[in-house]
Amino acid sequence: MGKREIELRLNGVERRLEVEDQVLLIELVRGLGLVGTKLSCDTQVCGACTVLLDGRPVSSCTTLAIEADGKPVETIEGLADGTKLHPLQEAFIDRFAFQCGYCTPGMIVSAKALLEARPDPDAPAVRHWMEGNICRCSGYQTIVDAVLDAADRMRSAR
Amino acid sequence: MSAEHGGTTEHRVVGTSARRADGIAKVTGSARYAVDLSVPGMAHAVVVRSTRAHARIAGIERDAAAASPGVIRVLTGDDLLAAGLTPYYGHVVLDHPVLAIERVRFHGEPVALVIAETKREAAEAAELVEVAYEELPVVIDAHDALKPDAPNLHERRGERVGDEGMDEGEGGLATNICAIARVGWGGDIEDAFTKAHVVVEGEYRYPMLYGYAMEPYNALAFFDQGDLVVYSSAQHVYMVRRDLARMFHLPLARVRVSAPYVGGGYGTKSYTKVEGMTAAAACFTGRPVKLDLSVEEAILTTRSAAAHIRARSAFTKDGLLLARDFDIVMNSGAYTDNTPLVNSKTANRCFGPYRIPALRVLARSVFTNTVPSSSLRGFGAPQGNIAGELQMDEAAAKLGIDPVELRLRNLVGPGEEFMPGKRPLDADLKDDLRCLSAALEWPGATAGHSIGLGVSASDAGAYPTSTAAVRIHSDTSITLFTGSTELGQGSRTVLAQIVAEELGVPLESVSVINGDTGVVTYERTTGASRTTTITGRAVQEACRDARRRVRELAVQALSVSSGEIEDTAGGVRAKGKELSYGEVIEKWFGAGGEVLGHGAVRRAEGFAKMPPFYEIGCSGLELTVDRETGQVHVTKLTTVGDVGFAINPALVHGQDAGAAMMGMGAALHEELVYDGEQLANPNVVDYRVPRFSDIPDQLIHLLAERRDGSGPYGAKGAGEGAGNTIGSSVASALGRLFGVFPHQLPMTPERVWRLMREAKRE
Repeated sequence: MGKREIELRLNGVERRLEVEDQVLLIELVRGLGLVGTKLSCDTQVCGACTVLLDGRPVSSCTTLAIEADGKPVETIEGLADGTKLHPLQEAFIDRFAFQCGYCTPGMIVSAKALLEARPDPDAPAVRHWMEGNICRCSGYQTIVDAVLDAADRMRSAR
Repeated sequence: MSAEHGGTTEHRVVGTSARRADGIAKVTGSARYAVDLSVPGMAHAVVVRSTRAHARIAGIERDAAAASPGVIRVLTGDDLLAAGLTPYYGHVVLDHPVLAIERVRFHGEPVALVIAETKREAAEAAELVEVAYEELPVVIDAHDALKPDAPNLHERRGERVGDEGMDEGEGGLATNICAIARVGWGGDIEDAFTKAHVVVEGEYRYPMLYGYAMEPYNALAFFDQGDLVVYSSAQHVYMVRRDLARMFHLPLARVRVSAPYVGGGYGTKSYTKVEGMTAAAACFTGRPVKLDLSVEEAILTTRSAAAHIRARSAFTKDGLLLARDFDIVMNSGAYTDNTPLVNSKTANRCFGPYRIPALRVLARSVFTNTVPSSSLRGFGAPQGNIAGELQMDEAAAKLGIDPVELRLRNLVGPGEEFMPGKRPLDADLKDDLRCLSAALEWPGATAGHSIGLGVSASDAGAYPTSTAAVRIHSDTSITLFTGSTELGQGSRTVLAQIVAEELGVPLESVSVINGDTGVVTYERTTGASRTTTITGRAVQEACRDARRRVRELAVQALSVSSGEIEDTAGGVRAKGKELSYGEVIEKWFGAGGEVLGHGAVRRAEGFAKMPPFYEIGCSGLELTVDRETGQVHVTKLTTVGDVGFAINPALVHGQDAGAAMMGMGAALHEELVYDGEQLANPNVVDYRVPRFSDIPDQLIHLLAERRDGSGPYGAKGAGEGAGNTIGSSVASALGRLFGVFPHQLPMTPERVWRLMREAKRE
């Protein structure tokens, strides 16, 4: 098993790290204390481990850490600006869009990628985009409401 | 849309949808779950699992694993025995080995534990553990396990350790029967069946399910000055404490079990899971040890009981029930776990809150060589409902009576007893049903659409032992201590609302410490929707006790008589002068100080009669079917949350929406399937849970608030009811659509397609 040095921009901070080839991206970020990213299904179907790699949502449970070499990586910890929450985070609170909260970091990160790709989605577009994220508590509708609400907030802020 | 029956104007904080106390922590990723915790020097454990469904362990070769890089220790059940530990757990029957001893009883059972410096090293070494098995005859099906020549899983029953309220099965059972329950009244039911105008008869099947709480079972254990400390994903920290104290022969005070945020529970994290193994690893290595299971391993840890029900119902020509007869067989897996309670609840919950002159229920739960079953949301109610409620629909069709009308004719009214000796019904189910059918626009007019609905009243399995403590600080802010764990249901928020209401302080000044037996006060469990109702009452008592103590301090500090002091919001008034709690405290102490109030509820007064409350289910849906594929699409879902009083309406809606969606999963998709001796689908790819695409087109969540619950302000439990009737609703909607009622869940596209073919033939 080889080791190599990778450079990545993690939540806006340049990091140079030595990682073993087989280390997964989720192991890397959680190992660095960013434990907001959650492991659940381990098979790329639940979305709890979603992070943004080069702006795209990926399942960090099935992505090698070395694939992040030279790319920006954003986790749930990177969304808020200090104590100022991202509009998605505000909307998730206001819309009661979580219960246990275990899926929430992945949900919010997936939704951020959606709103960057489509700032003005309708409900079917949200449901379609978020199909890869599972929530066992909420019944989903409040999450759709929160994402649409966040889109509104982001539009009015522009 | 809301069916409000109670005014909320007299309250300030309760009755409002206050934001969740855990909101910022959960949206920023800073909420810490047990799986996120680590401590310096922590080692990692990986489980070696049985590759046989039933076998004697002839030997375990662990030298190669022990010599593998990073490995600290390889543990087996024999090591636990040799060390004099009690290597079994179980809150009713002590029969579940922490690690297999002499014998394995299901494929996937923990046989050994490898502890290493890293998880990867432990996993690699686990592959090197060689177990020699002598195979024994295997039984997977519950009916096969009842046969006289079936292999016996437990020749000797484990010691019964269940205390009152938990141990409802019959003792001294032979063969593979794990638990048996009989409910009945009204004498000879056969006579009623002879005299009936219409008899409905059938066999019904409810699937084996996996709750899929998204945080898999995990624990972190270490010994601190001889005390055992365990952080875990447990729902019932005090129940786990008892199991661990017994295992290590420690006093309760020297075992600390803490559940930080829990990533989903739904009953699946009730009772001990991996805590015993992890604590054993810490004990034998002298190191802090972490064990976190994969989802596949979580499926091999706990599932819910499948049910096969033979049922008969007898009616008069006016549609009045004469008699009901249920024979229930449940496949409860290899060990007892919570089966006695699940079994008795299935017996109590199958026949429904109806006036039934003659009833006979026999429920048997059976040991098989499968994953042990235990609690899952509403247990017994969804299983029983598929028979009990569907037969109401089938009878309605035979009698030519509208199914809603048929239910209205038979439902018991508020304050009416429907189980002799039990608490009378604390709900107006007839009114709930009218609200539900109106919202669903029953009977529906759209061609190709079909409505199904149902009701249930579950005798909450919540023994009412609860305590709480509040500390009033010198600045009038409050800390609440509660043994209830935060599973996502919002207990931290709701209990804080009760404190703010009772003490007359702002919600923002209330902090909640919960779920840590080393710190908080005793709570029996966090399950059966008990927290708001039972813990909420203990919290009220603690607030009253704290106020009483403040008044005592004020008498001394202000040199007034107790008659001259009255309570105000956030303080007291004495001789026309208002003082906050903090001012009273500082005056009495001179500097700093605090007041502690303690509250307790027990099986007495309002909770003297069991159950402490009924969990009401009143939900329905409208669906359409793709005739080419058999795919069901839910166009409308309606729930009536009959919760007495919604202390936080948004949280109640969340419980109802979540429970109903979970019910849809069981009704349409979810089923653990045994292929021979192994599970065919122990993963979330092949075991399909609801997704965003399953959201019904229209959602209506109603509230019925009649202040008729035994909890604070007339509240009662929420969180299970909305899902309990979804399975039977799907089946009855499909039955009305095609003229043939399906008797099996989940109604996957293939089963719907077969149902359509069957309907064409008839």
